[in-house]
Amino acid sequence: MGPRVVRNGPHWAERDQPVPAEAPFVASVHPVADHATDEASAPAEGDATPALALAGFSQAYGESWVLRELATELPAGRTLAVIGPNGAGKSTLLRVIATLLRPTAGAVSVFGCELPRQAWKLRGRIGYLGHAALLYRDLGAAENLRFHARLFGLPDDGAPRIEELLERVGLAHRVTTRVGEMSAGMIQRLAICRALLHQPELLILDEPLANLDPAGAESVAPLLGPAPGRSRILVTHDVAAALAGADRVLALDRDGGVAFDQEAARVDPERARAIYSEAPLSR
Amino acid sequence: MTPQAPPSRTPSGPSTLRAVATILAKDLRVELRTLQSIPAMVIFSTTIYVIFRFGLDRTRLEGGLAAGVLMVTILFAALLAINRLFVAEREQGGFEAIRLAPVDGTALFFAKAGALLAYLVALEVVAVPVFWLFFLGDASGLLPLVPVLLLLDVALAVTGALISPIATNSTARDLIGPLILLPLLVPPMIAASAAGERLLAAGGPTYERYGTWLGTLGLYDLIFLLIGWAVFDHLLED
Repeated sequence: MGPRVVRNGPHWAERDQPVPAEAPFVASVHPVADHATDEASAPAEGDATPALALAGFSQAYGESWVLRELATELPAGRTLAVIGPNGAGKSTLLRVIATLLRPTAGAVSVFGCELPRQAWKLRGRIGYLGHAALLYRDLGAAENLRFHARLFGLPDDGAPRIEELLERVGLAHRVTTRVGEMSAGMIQRLAICRALLHQPELLILDEPLANLDPAGAESVAPLLGPAPGRSRILVTHDVAAALAGADRVLALDRDGGVAFDQEAARVDPERARAIYSEAPLSR
Repeated sequence: MTPQAPPSRTPSGPSTLRAVATILAKDLRVELRTLQSIPAMVIFSTTIYVIFRFGLDRTRLEGGLAAGVLMVTILFAALLAINRLFVAEREQGGFEAIRLAPVDGTALFFAKAGALLAYLVALEVVAVPVFWLFFLGDASGLLPLVPVLLLLDVALAVTGALISPIATNSTARDLIGPLILLPLLVPPMIAASAAGERLLAAGGPTYERYGTWLGTLGLYDLIFLLIGWAVFDHLLED
């Protein structure tokens, strides 16, 4: 079965959903309930449209299948942690959800938008932090963020937001420093600012604390955490953080299949750690 | 940490024109800051002139040979810029960043074509006078050559911007780009060389079929602009 070859409609949809506030990275198993009193910004609990729905989803690179028959659902406003050993297809899964890769087979739906046919509706609603920073080496920190702010149509070219984010990640003194002159940790912090700049409804994080020292990780954690109106999909090798910070855990085995898919509170930590062992678990 | 108050509204995308201006301004700023492409194009062109001067063992060129040397030099200098502009964009994640933003992907096409056009005009500001110094005794054909060069530049920029995403997706991008691009550029090269042949003739410029060749170049530019507008968004996909 091949992918549907329909994509990129005439224009993107105007959004009218509330934008999230920000809370600690690993703070709550049920972040929505924590902020339920803020009706203006809370995700719609009654809204049955999930942030993510996978059904029979498989992904191939050429002849090689990297993800097999994935099926899961993430309600809006919740956090899904994706864990699994290297090569299990976690980053590929995130790229498909971020609309950067076409699904090969099965159904992938984000906020009710079927991929790849309705990917254009999701433009501007997703914040993606992958392995590549998506920053220009020859532009300064603020210049990079201003460029993205303009592409997202932020008012005042995002100036207040840029100033605030750089301050919060500890790069306020580096606004003119070119990315090519930054350390890996500084680039990661700047990439986090880039992903958060437009306050996305869906935050896709692929090992967001990579390259960060403890102080750096501490500074970005509040920005990346659960927040009202924000759904998150998080890839991490830190099993404890995944179980503490997520509502649901999708574990992939070495073959790209589902090892288990459970509510985080019900996951046995030993079982979660076992997926990193050499022998794949039986499904 | 105090949670941030939600903003008053969610961001909506900029107009395509504003997105084009944003991407184009970024490309020009990076080029002005790093001087990676235009100086390389100028040095390349001058080197080609030197090779032709000694290879042909001629200090004066006229007619079809003069036009051919000039147009082919500009063509190969353009290939340098096209490759550099798009490979840098892919390596630094620009294509993905733009696909995540609420902008029409064709904004990237028009911005890249605009940047290439600016590079080529900057090249010719230097390379055409150098060509005159190397090979021409008479400058009277240069002024009417300007519209020909501008329309050729648009053809090179538009076709290069259209083809490059295909090439940069390939592991053999250095080979694939020129292999696809050069055959497509045969028509504007014929038109520009034919117009230039008469403008750089030994006895001074003549304007026989000048309008026809300009019209041919303009039509080619228009067709490829429309093709790019229609299909470029799909070319950005993996």
